[in-house]
Amino acid sequence: MSDDYRNMWRDLGLDLKAHDMLLEILGKAYQDIYLAQKDRPEQMGYFDFVMSEVHGLRVKELMDEKAAGRKIIGSYCVFVPEEIALAGNATLVGLCSGADFAMEEVEKLLPRNTCALIKSTFGFKLGKVCPYLEAADMIVGENTCDGKKKAYESLNDIVPNLYVMDIPQMKTEPGRSLLKAEYYRFKEAVENLSGVKIDAAGLKKSIEMVNNKRKAIHRLYSLRKADPAPISGLDALLANQVFFYDNPVRFTESVNKVCDELESRIEKKSGAFPEGAPRILMSGCPMAVPNWKLPWIVETTGAVIVGEESCVGERGSRNLTDDSGGTAEELMDAVVDRYFNIDCAIFTPNPDRLNHIIQMYKEYRADGVIHFGLQFCQPYLMEAIPVEKALESKNIPVLRIETDYSMEDVGQLKTRVEAFVEMLKS
Amino acid sequence: MRYAGIDIGSRTIELVVLKDLEIIEKRQTDTGFDPMTRAGELLDGLEYDRILATGYGRNLFEISFDAPTVTEIKAYGVGAGSLFHNVGTILDIGGQDTKAIALNENGKITKFEMNDRCAAGTGKFLEIMARSLGYTIDQFGTEALKATKNLQINSMCTVFAESEVTSLVAKGEDPQEIALGLHRSVVRRAVGMLKRVSADNDIVFAGGVAKNPCIRRLLEETLKRQVLVPEDPQMVGALGAALLAGENK
Repeated sequence: MSDDYRNMWRDLGLDLKAHDMLLEILGKAYQDIYLAQKDRPEQMGYFDFVMSEVHGLRVKELMDEKAAGRKIIGSYCVFVPEEIALAGNATLVGLCSGADFAMEEVEKLLPRNTCALIKSTFGFKLGKVCPYLEAADMIVGENTCDGKKKAYESLNDIVPNLYVMDIPQMKTEPGRSLLKAEYYRFKEAVENLSGVKIDAAGLKKSIEMVNNKRKAIHRLYSLRKADPAPISGLDALLANQVFFYDNPVRFTESVNKVCDELESRIEKKSGAFPEGAPRILMSGCPMAVPNWKLPWIVETTGAVIVGEESCVGERGSRNLTDDSGGTAEELMDAVVDRYFNIDCAIFTPNPDRLNHIIQMYKEYRADGVIHFGLQFCQPYLMEAIPVEKALESKNIPVLRIETDYSMEDVGQLKTRVEAFVEMLKS
Repeated sequence: MRYAGIDIGSRTIELVVLKDLEIIEKRQTDTGFDPMTRAGELLDGLEYDRILATGYGRNLFEISFDAPTVTEIKAYGVGAGSLFHNVGTILDIGGQDTKAIALNENGKITKFEMNDRCAAGTGKFLEIMARSLGYTIDQFGTEALKATKNLQINSMCTVFAESEVTSLVAKGEDPQEIALGLHRSVVRRAVGMLKRVSADNDIVFAGGVAKNPCIRRLLEETLKRQVLVPEDPQMVGALGAALLAGENK
């Protein structure tokens, strides 16, 4: 690691010793989980590079952007509209929340039975190991689940720049009005932060940029319908994860390059897994970097993940934003419409999600569904039960997993996943 | 052809050798702290054409002995299916895991439930609780059957249950009554799992805990279904593995 990075991290206030440890663990995990895979597309090299520079080059780029007058906005949720940030001369980045860190400190502020994702958010702050969080000019929290909603009250005591966005819980007209009002309030907050007025031209351009990113990842999704699957679920998940913090234009190009290669792989019938490998649809809670545990367990049994019904996956990137509007109001309406369709489990009732799971199961020609719930994540764990019942009534095999970021249950998870895959094979 | 199956569990290792579908050899040992040495000792002097491993230590065995593996869930499904006709549901309570498995009419696994990281309500739980009441594991079930009251034990966690037991002992409760309460708590948990997987058919109960007469009786009473226990309930996984070794051409 170059000295420039170390100086940058020191200037950002990171705990260098703890941060070195984190990077070491991350590098080791990446080696064991990602680089150990066979038959990877060559173009995944870009993502290997991104991961090797996860707290280096990308953070340096953001610092350069800041020096040039751009603002950095950190977020933890797919409800924070990237279009509005970009139109206001700000870059939106997903913040670290995929690993346990500084747990003793975290449990001074949060109850033990809080989900791993929320705890991780606090751990990265308290352990001083997330350069994105420290680089951010504004951190956006959002009132999705109760856990996050209340946790942001405590997060507000330890970060200086938290902005909380309210999110509706029902897909009704008042619900949409709330989202619209909140997006206008956010627009104003971004304008105040950057001093840039968000207008129709800016929105039009940012919508196009984000849509292109979405189109590229949609293209990647649709190529995974092939058998043999041209790309592993782990690699596709990585692209979904990098979606949240890479430069949007470069990300789009890089994913499209992967897709070009996948198309030629499909033509040659060469896959990341052999033809006929059991195909799994993952559904449930988001998997933030470096939460690769369950996909890794699944794919080391010889099954391949062909889709993610997840915020870090199709739930997060489904639907483009309509860019046909001529005025800022029309374009803002289009942004609201696009995000209001997200079928997060915080909504009640939430029938779209079940329909999407079934639709994805069919489209990706999956053999079974693994429902991933983070322990103590009430909305998804609650939904898991009716989802399981509904899928079973359609004779769709489903395995319901509840876990967290720790590795202590890997043995038991392996047995359950292997038994599920054996069941699909027989 | 001789086919062997080895089930490397958290507490014990079982081995079955089949010749023309007849069991010609059965062996068992404690897993101890060095399961591969124990497994090697168990295999000592045996002749077989193919071996297949299952259980918690199967992946270690796969590396050490270059043998294929299946999960205990599949092995118990196949093993129990070979011992009884029309098996619909299998309950396996072993040293650290509880599993409920549903089979369809063709013997294919259709659904299963398994405890996650915690060993609550498993053989290990009973072992520790027996010790805290001064019983051997063999006495534990028979003594519990002598109880007459309906003492509730609320904790399922081994750590909390142990302190609950201590406080009940301090209150002067009869150890037999406490023992029954503990057995009931194990059965409550197993029944919950069974109800999630299966319809109202007979249950094959396997694994080390199936040797406990109190658990067997409480299961039948609670479920109002017949509970079938194989002659040697701990061998079911190894038997299933041996049968699968034979199929694995």
